[in-house]
Amino acid sequence: MIQLSDIHKRFLDNVVLDGVSLEVRDGETLALLGPSGVGKSVTLKMINGLLRPDAGDVVVDGLHVQRLKRGELSELRSRIGYVFQYGALFDSDTVAENIRLGITDETCYSDDGYCADRVRECLRLVNLAPDVAEKYPAELSGGMKKRVGIARAIAGKPKYLLYDEPTSGLDPVNADVIDGLVERLRDELGVTSVVVSHDVRGSFRVADRVALLWQSKIRAVGTPEQILGSRDAAVLQFLERDLEMSLIQAESVANVRKDGS
Amino acid sequence: MHAMARRAEITLDLRRLVGRWTLRSAGHAGRFTYLFIDMLRGLAEWRIYLPRTFEQATGVGFGSLFIVLLVAGFAGAVTSLQAGYQFTGTLPLYYAGAVISESMILELGPVLTGLILAGRIGARYAAELGTMRVTEQIDALESLGRSPISHLLLPRVLAGLLVVPALTMFANGMGLFVGWITAKQSLGITDADFTYGARFFFRPLDLWYSLIKSYWFAGAVTVIPCYIGYNTQQGAEGVGRAATTAVVAASVSILLLDVVITKLLLGK
Ligand SMILES: Nc1ncnc2c1ncn2[C@@H]1O[C@H](COP(=O)(O)OP(=O)(O)O)[C@@H](O)[C@H]1O
Ligand SMILES: [Mg+2]
Repeated sequence: MIQLSDIHKRFLDNVVLDGVSLEVRDGETLALLGPSGVGKSVTLKMINGLLRPDAGDVVVDGLHVQRLKRGELSELRSRIGYVFQYGALFDSDTVAENIRLGITDETCYSDDGYCADRVRECLRLVNLAPDVAEKYPAELSGGMKKRVGIARAIAGKPKYLLYDEPTSGLDPVNADVIDGLVERLRDELGVTSVVVSHDVRGSFRVADRVALLWQSKIRAVGTPEQILGSRDAAVLQFLERDLEMSLIQAESVANVRKDGS
Repeated sequence: MHAMARRAEITLDLRRLVGRWTLRSAGHAGRFTYLFIDMLRGLAEWRIYLPRTFEQATGVGFGSLFIVLLVAGFAGAVTSLQAGYQFTGTLPLYYAGAVISESMILELGPVLTGLILAGRIGARYAAELGTMRVTEQIDALESLGRSPISHLLLPRVLAGLLVVPALTMFANGMGLFVGWITAKQSLGITDADFTYGARFFFRPLDLWYSLIKSYWFAGAVTVIPCYIGYNTQQGAEGVGRAATTAVVAASVSILLLDVVITKLLLGK
C-alpha cells in the first residue's frame, strides 16, 4: 500500500503541493490526472524518495520513506519500478545493458543467461523487436526510448510501478500496448501501480480509481464512473479541456489523412 | 538625513548580500563534505566501480596523452632557451641541466598537466554528470536502488587518480628530453655537462614530490567537477554553466594547492 498524508512541497516561492493526501491500495491501479505543471511528477518522486516533502508522511509497504536509512531505501526502491517521463535511459549503455540494470536482484543480475532471457522478455512485453537490444538510446525514437524505459522498470519484477506519462508521445497502437501491459501486470502479477497522465481516456481504461490533482491539492478521487459523473466545477473543466484537445487531435489527424491521400 | 538613510540602506543590502553569499558557501561546503564522505563509504563496493574505473581510465588517459606530451615538450624547450638566455657568460653551462630538470619535475610537469586536465577531464566530467542529472539519468539509477556514487562518481575519481600521476610522469620525461635536445642545439651543452648538472641537484625526493603534487591535482580535477556536475540544475544552460565553473574551479584549486604543497614540502 502507498499512503501519502498531508504532503507539502515548495520550490523557493513556488508552492507545488499544499496538503496532498492519497492512498493506493494493494493490487490496484490509480491514475493521477492533472494539467501539466501541477505537480504530478513531483508527487510520484515522493513515493520512491527521489524528492522529500517539506512536510507530511510517505508510507510505502509499511515503511516511512523519509526515515529509511540509505540501505533500506535502496532495498525499497528495488521493489518499486519507476518509468520516467522522457525515458531517462543511460545513454552510454546499450538498450540491453539499460534493461539489465533494471534487474535489481544481485544474484539474477550477475547471471548472464538469466539476464539475456529477461531482456528479451521485457522487450517483447513493450512491443519492441529483439534487435533493438544492441542499439544505443541515441539511435531510438522518442516513443521507443519510452518503451525501453518501461522495459527497464519492469525488468526487476517490482511489486509497485510508478509510471510518469507512459503513453504520451506514443502512437495509438503502442499506447494501447502499454495500457494493456499495465492491466496485465495488475491482473497476472498483482502489481500496484500509479499512472500519471494528462490523457483522460487512456487512464480511464486502465485505472481502478482516478485522482485529480488540481491547484496543489487532490480535488477528486473515485472510480472512473464516479469522476465522469462528478458535478465538481474543476473536474468538469479538466474533462472538458481534455475533450477539446482530443477533438482537435482527431481533426488534425483527419486533415493529415486527407492531405496525404 | 536622506543620504544617511541611503547609506543605511546600502549597508543593509551589502550585509544581506554577504549573508546570502556566506550561506551559499556554507551550503556548498556542507554538501561537498557530505558527498566526499559518501565516496569514502562507497569504496567498499569495488565490484561495481572497478570495471567502470578502467573503462574511464582508458578513455581519459589515452585521450589526454597527446596534448600533455605536446605541452610538456614545448615547456621543456622554452625553459631550456630561457636558461641559455639568462646564463650567457655568468654561470657554468651545466647549471642549465639542473634548472631544466628541476623546473620540469618540480613545477612545470605537474602543474601544466594538472591545468590541461582541469580543462579536459574537468569539463568532461562536469558535462557528463550534468547531462545525466538534467535528463534524470541519475534519478533513474537511484530509482533502481543503485548508488550514483559507486556507479558514476567513484569510477571517474579513481580513473583520475590512476591516470593523472602517470601522465605527469610522462610529461616530466618529455619536458626533460626536449629540454635536453634544445639545450644541446642552442647552448651547445655536452651530454656529459647536462647529465652532470641534472644529477648534481637531483634528489630522489624530487620525484616523490612531483608524484605527491600530481595526486592532489588529480583529486582537484576529478572531485570538484564531479561535485559540480552532480549538482547541476536547470537544463542545457545549467550543463554549460557546470562545465565552465568546473574548469575554473579545478584550475584555481590547482594553483592554490601548488602554493600550499610547495610551502609545506619545500618551504623553509
Ligand atoms: N527540481 C525542481 N526544482 C524547482 N522546481 C521544480 C523542480 N521540479 C519541479 N518543479 C516545479 O514544480 C512544478 C510541478 O512540476 P511537475 O511535477 O513536473 O509537473 P507535472 O504535473 O507536469 O508533472 C512546476 O512548476 C515545476 O517548475
Ligand atoms: Mg511531469
